[in-house]
Amino acid sequence: MSADSFTVVGKPVVRQDGREKVTGAARFADDLRFPGMLSAVMVRIPAAHALIRSVDYSAINNDPALAAICDASDVPAAKTVGIVRKDQPVFCDKKVVTPGDVIAMLLGESEEELLRLRDQVRIEYELLPVLTDYCNALAPNEPLIHPEFGSNLIVHYPLRKGNVEQGFAESDHLLEQTYTTQRVEHAYIEPECVIAIPREGRKEIQIIGSIQNPFTARRIVADVLGWPLTHVRIQQAELGGSFGGKDDIMCLLSARASIAALKTGRPVKIRYRREESILESYKRHPYTMHYKAGFMQTGKLKAMKIDIIADGGAYASMSPFTTWRTVVQATGPYEIEHVWTDVRAVYSNNPYTGAMRGFGSPQPIFAQESLMDEIAVQLGMTPDEIRRINGFRAGSITASGQELAQHDVNLVTVLDTAVGQTAFAERWQENEQHIKPTWTPSCSLDNKDFIEPDQLLQKGIGLATSFRGCSLGAEGTDAAAAYLSLRPDGSASLLCGLAENGQGLRTTYCIIAAEILGIPVDSIEYLDFDTAYIADSGPTVASRSTLMGGGAVKNAAEIVRTQLEGTLRKRWNLATDRSFVFSSGLVALVDDPAKYISFLDLCALAHSTGVNLSAIGWYRGPRVHWDESVGQGPAYFTYVYGCQVAEVTVNIGTGEVHLDHITAVHDPGTIINLLGAQGQVYGGVTQGAGYALWEEITAPNGKIKELNFDEYLIPTSLDLGTITPLFVSGKETYGPWGAKSLGEPTLELTAAAIANAVRNAVGKRFFNLPLNLEEILLQRKLRPEDPNANQ
Amino acid sequence: MTVNFVLNGKAVSLVIAANRRLIDMLRDSLGLTGTKEGCGIGECGACTVLMNGEAVNSCLILAGQVEGAEIVTIEAIAKHGTLHPVQENFLQYGAVQCGFCTPGMVLSTYALLQTNPQPSEHEIAAAISGNLCRCTGYKQILEAVQKTVEEMNSAPSEHGRS
Ligand code: FES
Ligand code: FES
Repeated sequence: MSADSFTVVGKPVVRQDGREKVTGAARFADDLRFPGMLSAVMVRIPAAHALIRSVDYSAINNDPALAAICDASDVPAAKTVGIVRKDQPVFCDKKVVTPGDVIAMLLGESEEELLRLRDQVRIEYELLPVLTDYCNALAPNEPLIHPEFGSNLIVHYPLRKGNVEQGFAESDHLLEQTYTTQRVEHAYIEPECVIAIPREGRKEIQIIGSIQNPFTARRIVADVLGWPLTHVRIQQAELGGSFGGKDDIMCLLSARASIAALKTGRPVKIRYRREESILESYKRHPYTMHYKAGFMQTGKLKAMKIDIIADGGAYASMSPFTTWRTVVQATGPYEIEHVWTDVRAVYSNNPYTGAMRGFGSPQPIFAQESLMDEIAVQLGMTPDEIRRINGFRAGSITASGQELAQHDVNLVTVLDTAVGQTAFAERWQENEQHIKPTWTPSCSLDNKDFIEPDQLLQKGIGLATSFRGCSLGAEGTDAAAAYLSLRPDGSASLLCGLAENGQGLRTTYCIIAAEILGIPVDSIEYLDFDTAYIADSGPTVASRSTLMGGGAVKNAAEIVRTQLEGTLRKRWNLATDRSFVFSSGLVALVDDPAKYISFLDLCALAHSTGVNLSAIGWYRGPRVHWDESVGQGPAYFTYVYGCQVAEVTVNIGTGEVHLDHITAVHDPGTIINLLGAQGQVYGGVTQGAGYALWEEITAPNGKIKELNFDEYLIPTSLDLGTITPLFVSGKETYGPWGAKSLGEPTLELTAAAIANAVRNAVGKRFFNLPLNLEEILLQRKLRPEDPNANQ
Repeated sequence: MTVNFVLNGKAVSLVIAANRRLIDMLRDSLGLTGTKEGCGIGECGACTVLMNGEAVNSCLILAGQVEGAEIVTIEAIAKHGTLHPVQENFLQYGAVQCGFCTPGMVLSTYALLQTNPQPSEHEIAAAISGNLCRCTGYKQILEAVQKTVEEMNSAPSEHGRS
């Protein structure tokens, strides 16, 4: 099927769940209440690393406002949980390793009363040395965060290709730099909320919440309760944003709520306020990245050696997966003969880090794209030239030794599109030549007096490119299910095993089914997500939902369509080689369009003759594999490519960076919903801009400072200039009609493009995100613990 | 204490503790859960309602301040099952993703259009600058409001004037 022969695929389609959302009728978890429901309040201590000596509830035990207390002694089976490494206690009873840790939970009818009682719980604890400098986490004298693992190392991924030392020896030039990125918060506007309801006889638990990955939550709750999976039923409430952030934390909260619900026999709601959400939920990893590149005078990259250390914080969470993506993609979309990469994730007493949109890619992209620009500057080339020389093409071999084949390797296409659209090269060169102010980094006001007024505002343009492996890759089993059932009146019910995260999956899936069956999108009713009714399809992560879930939906719709075709063949006495077209609510013969039946009549016919019109569709990604010892293998079965160009104005007096324009060119394969795709770009770029310029969670002594939106600054409607999304639709073997990924690629490039634009504006390179005022003016961050903070 | 006010056109009298906020009155006492809480400190705008025609953060308003006021929440913006043009355009232009910020966004823009039927692009952006959205990057929201302004100015509707 060619792109223009689609009826609904690729068109702007209004969201299925939109009406409820604009009228306030949509039900998010905290909008639900149940008879007899109890509230919950967490008990913590203000310490990042401490041994718990004793917990004394005697002052509150007999208080009428208290319905029950839950702590570690109430956990029936698994006391610790974790998606990869089971290192996170449901309730802490021996020690805490981060201030978000929970020692106990108080239950009662009034949250206010519980807060009063919380102050009366007496906890004695002994402070332990706190490890916050994660780059030192593996040093011999540092405290061990989880001594049971023998070291602070969570994971180490090496990648070895060719002979890097020989590559350096053969290179004309060497360049070595260190880059760092900060810890950031997902900042979904809806804070966490979950409700657990004990079913009759307390043999089953029903959980409704703002849960990103219901099947993961089911497994964790079942582990904690020591129950079979079937007794744990997870339903998803409307999800108020996630971006990778409502995974581990929601599993943990689901487990706590379940324990309390079973203990009290009543529904229990845990809902977090913003402060608690930021305090306990995981963040995006800070990275420290050392890059050394060897390259020829021609611009050709010869060798690259990379050493990356990621701050996993207090718990392993998704670190083993996020950093694996890093090792695969750390060299960027460039062909390099000799590569030596080490990526390590380590424990510290900092807030723990896990999955966040981008997932181990925004950090190395910032480093590698900064480096590419520096190489270009050093060689007197433009940034697009250096990328054209080294960029992946069809048949290129990646750092892990994978040949890029079976899809359009569109790196150069997206690059050329972005460059052409923005007149990049000319403008970049013009800015480079534009006189740069002689500039002593300083915060002192009088320094501004020496800047000529016409030099105060400097314009810059910068770009970044990336490739990104689609779906889970060698991280895990990759398959998804979808259930579709046609009703006798021609309407349909649909449910996919990949959960909606607010990005519009339901609509995407309905479009796919509507296209196959030739019926209107709104005649398909998308069912509420419930783990009891649909097969485990893995998590909504890794931008895999359109590809995997869409593949499953398409398969289900095709099965049902085949059933309908069989019915019609029988009725019309047709040979099996006659085929049909399903369009506009009609089913006609391809070679005789005058012969047709309405979709509705065909459904009624099939129904009356006992034909099965329900199907479970299934989609399994092709197998990939990975040799962990050397980091070689076909990591992902396919890739997407993107290029973003940022245009900025830097006020060198104040250090303020204004974003004038971002052009985002992506190849997501076939686009299913144009409106949704554009929304992904706008949203992703905006989050990327926040990452580049403003957002940072600092944690002096392991304690988070920015606990609400007054201090944690995410972009507002006034902070960004225009954004232009452009799509290049490359051919692809996998997914529904070759639809791949978009959600994460949109975010991962923005900070790198902005950093390069700032360099182009002021003639100075910045190595540490975010590029906030102090970074631009002082080239360092002002921290309370900074001895020079007052200078 | 007893608080008397007009909620979505109807007189309401509520007995409530003095330390409760307007958002608690709406969500907990009156079951109007369309008003959302995202921060509780007046930074995110998810809790926006109209108070005497003005967009306010209901997390910052104490029960006592509501006495005698006229409050309008998201539940009353669509009339008789018909969406307000701004709601309709939020759908048409993809201004809704997760939808958690949406009620507040709709009310902020609704309030703007009541007082300024021909806002500039910047005025629209300024009107929603107190409403945080993490999903959309605001672009499709701004577009939806601009289209609404265009439509309402070419064919003024009931809604725009009420
Ligand atoms: S909840 Fe009121 S402004 Fe955020
Ligand atoms: S649509 Fe999700 S926060 Fe605005």
